[in-house]
Amino acid sequence: MARYESLLDACGNTPLVGLPRLSPSADVRLWAKLEDRNPTGSVKDRVALWMVKAAEESGRLRPGDTIIEPTSGNTGIALAMVAKLRGYRLVCVMPENVSAERTSILRMYGAEIIFSPAAGGSNRAVAVAKEIAAEHPDWVMLFQYGNEANARAHYESTGPEILRDLPTITHFVAGLGTTGTLMGVGRYLREKVEDVEIVAAEPRYGELVYGLRNLDEGYVPELYDATVLTRRFSVGTRDSVLRTRQLVEVEGMFVGFSTGAVLHAALAVAHQALKAGKRADVVFLVADGGWKYLSTGAYGGTLAEAESALEGQLWA
Amino acid sequence: MAIEVRIPTILRSYTGGAKTVDGSGDTIADLLTDLDSRHAGLKDRLITGEGSLHRFVNVYINDEDVRFLGALDAKLNDGDSVTILPAVAGGALAFAAAHALRG
Repeated sequence: MARYESLLDACGNTPLVGLPRLSPSADVRLWAKLEDRNPTGSVKDRVALWMVKAAEESGRLRPGDTIIEPTSGNTGIALAMVAKLRGYRLVCVMPENVSAERTSILRMYGAEIIFSPAAGGSNRAVAVAKEIAAEHPDWVMLFQYGNEANARAHYESTGPEILRDLPTITHFVAGLGTTGTLMGVGRYLREKVEDVEIVAAEPRYGELVYGLRNLDEGYVPELYDATVLTRRFSVGTRDSVLRTRQLVEVEGMFVGFSTGAVLHAALAVAHQALKAGKRADVVFLVADGGWKYLSTGAYGGTLAEAESALEGQLWA
Repeated sequence: MAIEVRIPTILRSYTGGAKTVDGSGDTIADLLTDLDSRHAGLKDRLITGEGSLHRFVNVYINDEDVRFLGALDAKLNDGDSVTILPAVAGGALAFAAAHALRG
């Protein structure tokens, strides 16, 4: 039944949709898990809901509390919706170069935004959030990169939904950000499906994003466990844009650029299976729709123009 | 055997500012040894004292992470492209997030 008591109850149970035109053959098929069909339009609704519920259950979060989170996008939007419906105030700290749609959506939901300098990148946003949190010891930072409820949301919901809808799954492909999706779905599927392959697609940004002062300032999310993955691909901006456009042209799916990177990796493993003469059901996760990225201009013009429009931006 | 290696900004002090350099070797370990003969010090930045890849360094052969291809023993073929990148969590905010949070 598709009737729900409230918007929060309508989180998850997203459709798994076949790609008849992009699938290489009748025996090697691609399936899209449409996480843009969640209440605020991204996979992060599951994460926000699970993290807030976990904090409530542990007593860390009480009615009327303030949540502070360094986020430049979907998690902030999802948290803003959940916070509004469950009675919390939300303060988001984000670099000032994020897209206009994102800040508009956050403000619409009533979240407060504190900008950190674009030049400082994301580490600056985290540092600013931490400073503010230190000044307000009663505020709660959920910190999705290290919050076990992030991965658990996918272990308890996304993974079981996929297996229920496609018991013959052979590969799961998703983007690698906080790593929560791949850790949660990956662990669940590995327990249930023999020889299932868990494939990560990591967006490769422009050079600006990697401008760290030294290697010791790199970061691997606390949630990451490499043993859950089978393979890990780095996908450049041009390939991501190409696949994003191909998906809307050939299958009619309008998705964000991170999904283009995920499709690129999914097609790679699908074609390898085809070449090896193996049957495959490859599920890839659509993290969000393309709406929030229209202002980048990267859906039109040449590939080179699109690539340059995304240069220096965190497009996933 | 020519392998094109892409060098991240923070390691270009070892390559005279070059974004890409050519190297050779049958495995990633061989390649790094070869590169180090012309760009002294590079290898030490990528490999720990215990002989494994530095935690915050990712190395890719034709866009695939070598940690899932045998790590330093991952095989190379003529014409392969190798990319070295610092580890940043994708998504949004991530790099040095833990660093900042643990402070």
